[in-house]
Amino acid sequence: MKAFLTGNEAIARGAYEAGVTFAAAYPGTPSTEILENIAPYKEHIYAEWSPNEKVALEVAIGASIAGARSLAAMKHVGVNVAADPLFTYAYTGVNGGLILVSADDPGMHSSQNEQDNRYYAKFSKIAMVEPSDSQEAKDFVKIALEISEKYDTPVLFRVTTRICHSKGLVAFGEREEVGIKRYSKNIPKYVATPANGRVLHVKVEERLKKLEDFSNETELNRIEWNDKKVGIITSSVAYQYAKEVFGDKASYLKLGFTYPLPMKKIKEFADQVETLYIIEELEPYIEEQVKAAGIACIGKDLIPRVGELNPDIIAKAILGEERPTIQYGEAEVVGRPPTMCAGCPHRGFFYMLSKKKNVMITGDIGCYTLGSAEPLNAMDTCICMGASISAGHGAQKAFEFHGVDKKVVGVIGDSTFFHSGVTSLMDIVYNRGNAVTVILDNRITGMTGHQENPGTGYTLQGDKTHAINIPLLCEAVGVKKENIFVINPLDLDACNKAIDDALKATEPTVIITEWPCVLKKPSPEDIEKFGVRKVICKVDEEKCKSCRICTKTGCPAIAFDTKAIINEDMCVGCEVCLQACPFDAIEKVGE
Amino acid sequence: MSDVKNILLVGVGGQGIILASKLLSEGLISAGYDVKMSEVHGMAQRGGSVTTQVRFGKKVYSPIIGKGQSDIIVSFEKMEALRWLDHLKVGGKVVVNDYEIPSAPILVGAAKYPSNVLEILKKKADTTVFKAAEIAKELGNIKTMNVVMVGALAKAMGLNEVNWEEVIKNNVKDKFVDINLKAFQKGMEQL
Repeated sequence: MKAFLTGNEAIARGAYEAGVTFAAAYPGTPSTEILENIAPYKEHIYAEWSPNEKVALEVAIGASIAGARSLAAMKHVGVNVAADPLFTYAYTGVNGGLILVSADDPGMHSSQNEQDNRYYAKFSKIAMVEPSDSQEAKDFVKIALEISEKYDTPVLFRVTTRICHSKGLVAFGEREEVGIKRYSKNIPKYVATPANGRVLHVKVEERLKKLEDFSNETELNRIEWNDKKVGIITSSVAYQYAKEVFGDKASYLKLGFTYPLPMKKIKEFADQVETLYIIEELEPYIEEQVKAAGIACIGKDLIPRVGELNPDIIAKAILGEERPTIQYGEAEVVGRPPTMCAGCPHRGFFYMLSKKKNVMITGDIGCYTLGSAEPLNAMDTCICMGASISAGHGAQKAFEFHGVDKKVVGVIGDSTFFHSGVTSLMDIVYNRGNAVTVILDNRITGMTGHQENPGTGYTLQGDKTHAINIPLLCEAVGVKKENIFVINPLDLDACNKAIDDALKATEPTVIITEWPCVLKKPSPEDIEKFGVRKVICKVDEEKCKSCRICTKTGCPAIAFDTKAIINEDMCVGCEVCLQACPFDAIEKVGE
Repeated sequence: MSDVKNILLVGVGGQGIILASKLLSEGLISAGYDVKMSEVHGMAQRGGSVTTQVRFGKKVYSPIIGKGQSDIIVSFEKMEALRWLDHLKVGGKVVVNDYEIPSAPILVGAAKYPSNVLEILKKKADTTVFKAAEIAKELGNIKTMNVVMVGALAKAMGLNEVNWEEVIKNNVKDKFVDINLKAFQKGMEQL
């Protein structure tokens, strides 16, 4: 049978067919749907959301050492978080096969950078595979696990947004039950002391030689001979783009196993073609190694290293060809940037915070990063998961040390706080910091599309579990109970008072805003705690003085003509605009 | 010359484009085509511009459509059709829902919604305009707007070999099958 699957769905199917019994991840675009699609195989695979990517890889490593075929998945920047265990597990090697799926985001559709994680395979000295469509995404999982076990190496399974989120037809296979490998205590292999590490490093170098032999032999790296005037070495989705542009007019060395590279095969291919092009997205990862081997080729001289590739870019760069297009006058079209949803619980808090003067707001990764956009502009920085609190602490200390009169507020979401914010809060308490921490608890992991987390009370596979109590956790870290303000972010007066109190304090303070994401399907616990809103808001045109203050909340349901207008299909009755209006011109209807 | 056809569905998050593209791609697969589809998730979805790209033919390589390559643009919102017009093949078709969703800069008063969108579209391309939202509302459920659009698309592309009734039955809940079949039919009638 054939199914129409995204790359992520195909990887999940591949994990099932390959006898994977353990999978862990932290959600992150474009990787999130891999674990979401593994979760339903509950009878065959244990799957969990871990609090962060380092933990996800470590639990997968534990399962692999225990003997289970294991998978960890994360977005590209997540691998930075997980790099520590990765580099050591690269030395020890595996028991049950282990693959680390790295989902890169060329073009930064939903990321803060576009790092090329193929270098992680080279850097940590482990094998790497790169599928070029959904069928390969499924098939390569099994192959990668076999490589992992045969060569005693973790395997980096590198995909990109276009592989993850494009659909193609996939032929299914049967599940192979591989069970669990026997575990036996092996101190020299699994205890990475310096003495053992020195021995292991030698083995790693020997392993790389064997892997290069494999790379030259495997069908994952295949040559498609056509006209030999033009030869193209390519991998991942760039292969599909190259085929689109050159069709049968070029020969291809299509690489599916990209570390170590098949240098012998590359040389043979290069010898037989007149001009050799390397077509790869982002960095000149293949090109550098080909050139280092003394083989002439053309790559990044023509193909951009910034942004996502597509067939047009390749056709223009190499052939100088451009399709005619219809010119429409771009000035006519107004941008449509992403915004916080109508009724988003973050809006009320950011609206009040944006009014405070002389405040630096350190932000974090999540929907609330949109607080940086017009008209709220309520953010100064966004670095990485958890950095709101720690960068805020550092900034506050620097301001104080140099006598600069400025207060710092760090703003972070619930899932991000569990991810790595809690250690940063420890830093504030431990080092007697004075920056304000705000935890925007919307009871779910929002931006990636509603994944459970340690605060929601449910696991990935739908089981009820303990919900971590954020106020208690802050107290346990050492924030005084009287310095923890738990508020409803839709109550603007409460927001204002909590912010003022926190800004005045001379010791660590935490504001926790509690309200579920407006798009979340409420759990029974949510309904019990927060109820169900039935009203929507409406403008009384008589009372409206056209001051536009309601539009300053940035709610997409509010438009302005000569008076404010609230779109009744979009409004969910959060009442933030109602409180913001100085003329009581907005009322509740539908009660 | 490649036989691959390209369809670009554009609009705003929340307009039902994902289901529309699912119906479309399943229909094409059932008719025996190789199909690839590409969509974007995450940050871009929060009230942002949304596109789904569908390519079909004997053998499809790239999952994405280039500039000047799309045979048709099906736009669920007026201004989005204009935004993506440079992806239309010279001589290609535009099917556009006469429906306005102001974006953030317009809502806060920093920009104005362009007044002449439909005129530009009609001048630049073979454009069909109709009010899919109103048609859907008349049928009794504004959410069927996306299926009205699929009906119009099927007619515009001449996708007669697909059993659309079967595809709709397979993808919507039983109680919504009838209204969606009507929505599809209404969409067909717009061209």
